[in-house]
Amino acid sequence: MAASRVWSAGAVGVVRDTNDRPRLLLVSEDEQLLDRLRAGDEDAFVTLVARHHAPMLRLARTFVTSGAVAEEVVQDTWLGVVRGIDRFAGRSSLQTWLLSILVNRARSAGTRERRSVAVADLGPAVDPARFSAAGAWTAPPAHWTEDVEERVSAEQLGDFIRDALAQLPPRQLAVVTLRDVDGLDAEEVCEVLAISEGNQRVLLHRGRSHLREALEERLGR
Amino acid sequence: MIRLRRRRDLACRQVVELASDYLEGTLSHSDRERFERHLVGCPHCTEYLAQMRVTIKLTGRVSATDLTPQVQDHFLELYRRWQADED
Repeated sequence: MAASRVWSAGAVGVVRDTNDRPRLLLVSEDEQLLDRLRAGDEDAFVTLVARHHAPMLRLARTFVTSGAVAEEVVQDTWLGVVRGIDRFAGRSSLQTWLLSILVNRARSAGTRERRSVAVADLGPAVDPARFSAAGAWTAPPAHWTEDVEERVSAEQLGDFIRDALAQLPPRQLAVVTLRDVDGLDAEEVCEVLAISEGNQRVLLHRGRSHLREALEERLGR
Repeated sequence: MIRLRRRRDLACRQVVELASDYLEGTLSHSDRERFERHLVGCPHCTEYLAQMRVTIKLTGRVSATDLTPQVQDHFLELYRRWQADED
């Protein structure tokens, strides 16, 4: 699992900082910052923004096509947070709360999600033509996983993944980003996107399958 | 000795559809056993699963966008304006 954050016993978590380095974090750090923000501490505000900006912007980008509009959605979310900070009940993590607010703002900001065709989220993980009538591989995947990180530079692999992510239908992109880039668990993703557990599973499966297929095209031939 | 294929054995086409649920740990005990039994005899599906794992790992490395000092200043400015609006 590519979780960027793992809560253990609700006391200590691992997060990735803005330079993508993992570091330990006391969960109460966010809460302390929130308390300071309630008291009008502007440094606490900027620290909170820095801590949560990247996942928020990534999620906003899955709803709107324009980078500028995505930035506006993030700003609008923070305005909502500052105005409604007393409504944060602490039932979910601060991140889940922030991302839920963001999804509401993004949805009302005129989203490409509405234009997306649900059919894009269905269909098989692998082209059916690659299997026999009995369901066995006739065109099996080329073997490329072994030593791939020695053969291909991290930079190039990163480019492949970013290109492949950009091709995903929006709903799959949102789920894959939250799960595999930002490290939320399935339950949190359902809460943030207001989708059922079954939809989360389908979108994650389709999204990951698309990414694998894209990597196979780049690496397996 | 030729063994007849058990009726409940999975086909490759089914295995690729269950790959995510397998990695999520959401398959039932019996489905997980069928899935793993298939993998033992199928190098293609074993490779497929390895590809899914590598894909997830590489996706996890998409790096965070750094918050530049300019963006931080911008948010500080926004915050001050919002505070001023409230007063």
